[in-house]
Amino acid sequence: MLDVDEAKEPSELISSLQESAEKLVAKLDQGDYAGASSVIEEIKQQRDSGIYREVGRLTRGLHDAINNFHIDVENYGAGDKQDSEMVNARDRLDYVITMTQEAADKTMDMVEDGIPMATNLSQEAAILQKDWGRLIRREMDPSEFRELYKRIDVFLSQANTSADSLNEKFNNILMAQGYQDLTGQVIKKVISLVQEVEERLVELVRVAGEVEEITGIVRSTDKKEDDSKNEKNNEAEGPQINAESRTDVVSGQDDVDDLLSSLGF
Amino acid sequence: MKILIVDDFSTMRRIIKNLLRDLGFSNTQEADDGLTGLPMLQSGSFDFLITDWNMPGMTGIDLLKAVRADERLRDLPILMVTAEAKRDQIIEAAQAGVNGYVVKPFTAAVLKEKIDKVFERVDAS
Repeated sequence: MLDVDEAKEPSELISSLQESAEKLVAKLDQGDYAGASSVIEEIKQQRDSGIYREVGRLTRGLHDAINNFHIDVENYGAGDKQDSEMVNARDRLDYVITMTQEAADKTMDMVEDGIPMATNLSQEAAILQKDWGRLIRREMDPSEFRELYKRIDVFLSQANTSADSLNEKFNNILMAQGYQDLTGQVIKKVISLVQEVEERLVELVRVAGEVEEITGIVRSTDKKEDDSKNEKNNEAEGPQINAESRTDVVSGQDDVDDLLSSLGF
Repeated sequence: MKILIVDDFSTMRRIIKNLLRDLGFSNTQEADDGLTGLPMLQSGSFDFLITDWNMPGMTGIDLLKAVRADERLRDLPILMVTAEAKRDQIIEAAQAGVNGYVVKPFTAAVLKEKIDKVFERVDAS
């Protein structure tokens, strides 16, 4: 058996195979069957050495690719997150969900607190305005005026504290939007990891493809995968990121309404 | 008017709940997927169901089909409020008997319009 390192480059392998093939034809033409079978043996060895070499290269490539995936295979799932960027990426995305959830809750808390305040102010103001109009038109008797006088005092201090409180809520809502910056940074990191993984995967597929070529493995599963993909047509996909570039997706509520009305809705 | 809101994200449930309250519907309950929503529908007298599509456990489309297959619930008006925007999905929901379909992100005005329309049709029939 030939040592892997002594094996030839693929192009050299092909030219030496050509050489041997010509030799084989020559031997056969001469009727030298013993010579021919020794040439066949030679060809077999050349081919094997090529395969050994490619398998060696693949093993090294595979090893590098796996290392580059940043997955600690030995400790995978053991809770030791230190060595796995993939697990780390998952944690980062979980963090994004937590951050966005907290920001949304905080904002809605503030809005839900603020709405009744604003409603109350506008209702009180409307009532006071009506009575104020009566005062201007001199339709008010002194006792009513005294009461209005007090109510205006109460309203003004209520308006003051409500405005302060609403101001504070608006500020809190503003501050809660800080999640965009933090989650944006985290998502960018995850995107670059995904990109890296994609490049490694492509490299892995390329290496695997070369080995398939050299060993003559033919894949027959490709078409089946496509078929099974088609069956899952209506599985939930979540928000459409590139709705404009797809024809099987509606581009908004108007499209939905058109489609439904075409169905008789 | 008792309304059940089914969505796996509490934020979205809260938004819908607030919009409904603005529209004068304050009797609402929430469920986080079809598995918890369906028994609530079966045991409580709900008048209206608003559901998301994409949820763990039991999806909105399965909930829709389960409701239409249930003798006592089959006439319950259902509005789907979802990010699912494929034509085939909308057709599937329509064929399964949905009463309205709103794609996320949506506005308060669109939600109101669709709810009004659902009841217009329910009252007419």
